[in-house]
Amino acid sequence: MSVDIILVDLAVIVAIAWVAWYFWLSEKEAVRAVAASGAQEVMIRVKGGYDPDVIVVDSGRPVRLHFDRQETASCSEMVVFPDFDVSRRLPEGELVTIELTPETPGEYEFSCQMGMLRGRLIAN
Amino acid sequence: MNDTNGLSSRINISDAVQDAANAELSVLGMTCAHCSTAIEETVSAIDGVRAVHANATSGVVHVAYEPSRTRIGAIVEAVERSGYRVGRETLRVPIDGIHCASCVTPIEEALTAAHGVLDATVSPATETATVDYLPSVADFGSIEAAIESAGYRAHNGLKQEEPDREAADREAEYRSLMRKFWFAAIISVPVLATAYPEFVPGLSGLSRTTVRWIWAVDALLALAVLLYSGRHFITGAVASFRRRSADMNTLIAIGTGAAWLYSVVAIAVPTLFPEGTAEAFFDVTAVVIALVVLGQALEVRAKGRTSAAIRKLLDLQAKTARVIRDGVEVDIPVEEVEVDDVVVIRPGEKVPVDGTVTEGASAIDESMVTGESIPVEKGPGDPVIGATINRAGSLKFKATKVGKDTALAQIVKMVRDAQGSKAPIARTVDVVSSYFVPAVMIVALLAFGAWYTFGPSPQLTYAIVVAVTVLIIACPCALGLATPMSLMVGVGKAAEKGVLIRNGEALQASRALNAVILDKTGTITKGQPELTDVLTSDGFAEIDVLRLAASAERRSEHPLGEAIVRAAQARELELAEPEGFKAIAGHGIEATVEERSILLGNRKLMTDRDIDFGPMAEGLTRLSDEGKTAMFLAIDGRPAGIVAVADTLKDDSSAAVAALHRLGLEVVMLTGDNQRTAQAIASQVGIERVLAEVLPEEKAAQVQKLQAEGKRVAMVGDGINDAPALAQADVGIAIGTGTDVAIEAADVTLVGGSLTGVVLAIDVSKRTFRNIKQNLVGAFGYNTLGIPIAAGVLYPAFGTLLSPLIAGAAMAFSSVTVVTNANRLRRYRPREA
Repeated sequence: MSVDIILVDLAVIVAIAWVAWYFWLSEKEAVRAVAASGAQEVMIRVKGGYDPDVIVVDSGRPVRLHFDRQETASCSEMVVFPDFDVSRRLPEGELVTIELTPETPGEYEFSCQMGMLRGRLIAN
Repeated sequence: MNDTNGLSSRINISDAVQDAANAELSVLGMTCAHCSTAIEETVSAIDGVRAVHANATSGVVHVAYEPSRTRIGAIVEAVERSGYRVGRETLRVPIDGIHCASCVTPIEEALTAAHGVLDATVSPATETATVDYLPSVADFGSIEAAIESAGYRAHNGLKQEEPDREAADREAEYRSLMRKFWFAAIISVPVLATAYPEFVPGLSGLSRTTVRWIWAVDALLALAVLLYSGRHFITGAVASFRRRSADMNTLIAIGTGAAWLYSVVAIAVPTLFPEGTAEAFFDVTAVVIALVVLGQALEVRAKGRTSAAIRKLLDLQAKTARVIRDGVEVDIPVEEVEVDDVVVIRPGEKVPVDGTVTEGASAIDESMVTGESIPVEKGPGDPVIGATINRAGSLKFKATKVGKDTALAQIVKMVRDAQGSKAPIARTVDVVSSYFVPAVMIVALLAFGAWYTFGPSPQLTYAIVVAVTVLIIACPCALGLATPMSLMVGVGKAAEKGVLIRNGEALQASRALNAVILDKTGTITKGQPELTDVLTSDGFAEIDVLRLAASAERRSEHPLGEAIVRAAQARELELAEPEGFKAIAGHGIEATVEERSILLGNRKLMTDRDIDFGPMAEGLTRLSDEGKTAMFLAIDGRPAGIVAVADTLKDDSSAAVAALHRLGLEVVMLTGDNQRTAQAIASQVGIERVLAEVLPEEKAAQVQKLQAEGKRVAMVGDGINDAPALAQADVGIAIGTGTDVAIEAADVTLVGGSLTGVVLAIDVSKRTFRNIKQNLVGAFGYNTLGIPIAAGVLYPAFGTLLSPLIAGAAMAFSSVTVVTNANRLRRYRPREA
């Protein structure tokens, strides 16, 4: 086996390990929703995904999520909170506010309609 | 609370001594420490700002300022000038009583002075204020308070749904994608032709150096395609990469990008590669982008059709209403109709909002809301539903529900929510798709390594092509689209027929049912007693028996008595005024009609008065076998006849029960009636299993009992008395009563009140679920076959390798296929019930 093959294979193994770590194992950055005017609020930019996509809130208090979709790609035209039976269309360039109250602590997923873009609401 | 917010801010502003206000702004895109410093510097430079603190983690900027020296609007502008967006919203508020231009200024001033309002314009022509405000500071309450402080009244006019907006958005997206496609397609032609010059007549004789120069031009052309037509793949990939996730954009961007980059290196420094293997494939970049973009465009088109049901519903809404204001009929936009307004409708017009008829009589076509094709007769006291069409006469009615409270608005909301909800099966798919894209990247890397290590020469070229093909053929979209698209079409289709399915979960549960419990009263039957038989003894005519019985009952408020009166009126009998009317509690009534003494009541009454109905025993037995209630009529102390009253079947109950049987479901009837009456009704509609003499509070337990037999049970009831039973059932189906559509406890609501809706709900669910399964099998099958083939598993045995161009085409059309298959559900026609 020649040197270049060994080097390439090593590089492939490192790359695989990195992909697995980066996308699956590493911790995601969480953003805490902040109480402004009583409710817990956070702005979420929708562009190729949700930014931020991990949102920490207190359970039992209303949460206001302001979605701002800055793209026309039809993938992100809806946002769905399956645990709350809430789904909303996000017209581009319009701020859409979703208000919900996670009654019990836990993780609540939200995603686009197809489940490709996803985020989590973590209620403490 | 909202009002006090508005008040306190005004006090702050007017109070010169304590001239200070605080605001919290939600700022978008402020994600790093550097950005927050930049914002703090810009804002603190404004004259009148006392303190500013920008928190990058929360995305909130806290500002303390002096309202006399600066306005919140100026602060927001400063933040936006430095390149960040502030969460702001626009609200259109209808205001009453703006009649002149001079009313405009005070309202605008009051609004702009309100805390958190950025800008406000008032239009006297439309009588509305358009308010630009910060949702984190102000809300409708404070805006309303500001308008009221200027002496006007705002009303919470619901922002009307914009059916056209959605279609316009889609159309714009489609056109943009098509532009990108044509650009890529046109460029692909020369790039593809020159990619393999040895196969193109006229180009085959070119020298290696000339070809390299042609390829250099191709490199630029392909780059243009990558950056224009493929721009959204790259921006999408970068955005999701930052959030440590990956999607379809990532795969396409890496695949086409890698092909381009490799080719550039190959023509720039061919010496890096073994002799004669420095191949360029810019065609992969250009053609694959062209194909995938075309696929996306077609997908957008097809997706537009999946939401046709909502559009149809929204189009039903009347645009204007004719109401009586100050004694004059005026036409106003439907949004401005208020509760208690008196609305006038003429023949052929749409009913604008929900209400109760006060004057007039007409037949109204409610088919668009209830699915019921026969027009319904309406008179004073009857409810009318918005969006239905007045056929014959003129009506006046009082509005009871307007805006977002109308039946139609609730239906639209419910259908929208249901279409966006997730079926349990989709959650499983979600788990798969969350691992999918990185897994594909790993497979591509593995294939690259394997081809480089074991593959034929030139190894690097093969390894790159195979890895790129794997990235391109994988289609997470088809997987993701499979469930929601079918759900949208299925739920929409059901809604068109007056069947509202609450969510994907209800749909998935409905298709797996194997028993249906039908509540008798109001579900199988009309829930209102009707006269069914009139028996006479010798010497009395049927018409006299009915006329005298009805006349005697004329002042009665007993439901059985009312049934007799209604029947007589239906036959247009002239009723006489009873004299000396007397109700004998628990027995019947006594009265004098046309100077004849009338006695009408149960058998006990007749026994007490020694009136012998012996000769009529035979008829009597038949009546009670049929579950009918018999009332005895004696005239001047002689037995005259028997009138029988019963709760009658809805017209299509028997057909619906038969259809349920055909769907393989066990049908059970539940009722509080005695066994004999219940059995009579059950045998008329063809139900074998009857649960009789069930107290209302036992209904849920009966559902549970059936579930304990291992059955998945649907309970059908009226939604009010049956709420616990509906909740207990696997699928609770409520029969709506027209205006009251969104019934809380129910998984499925039948707006039309007909039992055939149950059949439709189950049938649509089955069909939709079958469609979902087809999509999933297709999408999973496509990926599990396509990816290994792309990776070259067939190569050792058959020498077959997939071209990345074919992979691009396959990928583009797999998701279109899924959406198209879902759209097949639109052609669904209900089975003959």
